[in-house]
Amino acid sequence: MMAVGLAHYLTVGAILFVLGILGIFLNRKNIIVILMSVELILLSVNLNLVAFSAQLNDLTGQIFAMLILTVAAAEAAIGLAILVIYFRNRGTIEVEDVSTLKG
Amino acid sequence: MNWTLALPEIVLGVSGLLILAGGVIPKKDTFFPVSMAVIGALVLTAALVLGQGEGTAFMGQYVSDGFSRFAKVLILLGAALALVLALDFNTKAGLDRFEYAVLMLFAAQGMLVMVSANDLMSLYIGLELLSLSLYVIAAFDRDNPRSAEAGLKYFVLGALASGLLLYGSSLVYGFAGTTNFDRLADALSSGQVGMGLIIGLVFVLAGLCFKISAVPFHMWTPDVYEGAPTPVTAFFATAPKIAAIALLMRVLAGPFGDLSAQWQQVIWFAAAGSMLLGAFAALTQKNIKRLMAYSSIGHVGYALMGLAVATDGGFRGVLVYMAIYLVMNLGTFAVLVAMRRNGKSLEQVDDLAGLGRTDPQMALWMAIFMFSMAGVPPMAGFFGKLYVFLAAVQEGFWVLALIGVFTSVVGSYYYLRIIKVMYFDAAAEPMDPRPAGVTVVMAGTGLLTLLFFLFPAPIIAAAQAAIAALAG
Repeated sequence: MMAVGLAHYLTVGAILFVLGILGIFLNRKNIIVILMSVELILLSVNLNLVAFSAQLNDLTGQIFAMLILTVAAAEAAIGLAILVIYFRNRGTIEVEDVSTLKG
Repeated sequence: MNWTLALPEIVLGVSGLLILAGGVIPKKDTFFPVSMAVIGALVLTAALVLGQGEGTAFMGQYVSDGFSRFAKVLILLGAALALVLALDFNTKAGLDRFEYAVLMLFAAQGMLVMVSANDLMSLYIGLELLSLSLYVIAAFDRDNPRSAEAGLKYFVLGALASGLLLYGSSLVYGFAGTTNFDRLADALSSGQVGMGLIIGLVFVLAGLCFKISAVPFHMWTPDVYEGAPTPVTAFFATAPKIAAIALLMRVLAGPFGDLSAQWQQVIWFAAAGSMLLGAFAALTQKNIKRLMAYSSIGHVGYALMGLAVATDGGFRGVLVYMAIYLVMNLGTFAVLVAMRRNGKSLEQVDDLAGLGRTDPQMALWMAIFMFSMAGVPPMAGFFGKLYVFLAAVQEGFWVLALIGVFTSVVGSYYYLRIIKVMYFDAAAEPMDPRPAGVTVVMAGTGLLTLLFFLFPAPIIAAAQAAIAALAG
């Protein structure tokens, strides 16, 4: 059986991170999907931090991950609140409709 | 643990919570008293910052030095004046809810934490406290689709930028073994620097460049500036820019000082791109808030030019530039906030037509700010540009300096166009009378901009002392 090492965790983290970025840029449908992609990015960072923390035998990374979890919760709450007022004004949350402001 | 060092932040945070409680309890409208209390808290914090000691606290998470004091005083000044601009506007626009002032207080606290950050963790917490407050006030006019859209765009792109910054931080932590700036500097000064660290640094830079709206991370700026209520835009364009630039300087000069060969190229391109985009994209703008957005992208480009040089002279130029930028931008936005006819707020450049005859005083201040932004001597803006250009030329950054001169010439077209519209176009109806607070901000910043050349020494000396703390 193959041992799971730091490189594997980092690879998973990088894949999740790229999926999150692609989810933001390639998504043409729904803003909720963008919020989910943001969460995915933050979770990939947490995975990285915890993996490094275990590898380095140092607690800092895990403390950092706890802080990120807390802030991510606040961020999601604010994001959904803004989404709600946007929906009340426009009656839609499709990404393609977010284009009133143009120069 | 030397927690008294962080007294300004603690006092500001506690007064924020008290003011929040004080605003909720009464049944009637509390916007004005709460705003006054917030301005009082900001001024009190500025007084505490001036008397703040030096050193690190909270296990090396927090640092107080001359550099952080210089940036903090500017930030608190910018936040307090931006709130003064909002008082009358918000009442007339139906935005007179007390949360506005409290959110600005917490944004200011986030900025103070940012400039005092001495660890990637405190950097992130400060940045998020600022960003979360800003997302909400961008969408503060919640019944207006444009404001809601501005808030939504800012939130999505801001969250993405935080993600990039965090991913970079995680790589830096993993490959250097620490998140503390002092220990990072030690780790990077000795031995080989791996690829993982460089990638981490680039991600951190990308996240921070978003916050200062440098090219190529500027896309949100025009939309958010245009959609958000004008006093909110005034706030966005001033204090958070200072905080983010100060943070960028601390990160690049401190822990990553030994990697300057790597980040100088990145900053070089961000500076050149921002200057060019700021000059050319603004040429065709009709909405004055959108125009100011491109103008601020351009100004950040000039400030980054000083950063790209990466010498003490360049860093000092950045600080002087940002101090002057704060003053002249607050003044310009005071004029924009005062643009109101028959009770309706105006946003088009053409709405200023004939202001020279209908309201000579406001037109005069606006002309001073526009000349200063274009870099016409003897206004303050000229000296800001002078110091960064001098630093760039002395270190042989000729191409960057030439791009800067070229974009200044292009940029002066749209600044001077505003002056032409004000003085030579047919007069429209007169504007509504200005509220006294806005006039005071306009006149105060206008006099500073106009008379800077008589007494530049205190600001230059303060910037010099701040840089000495940063480098030492």
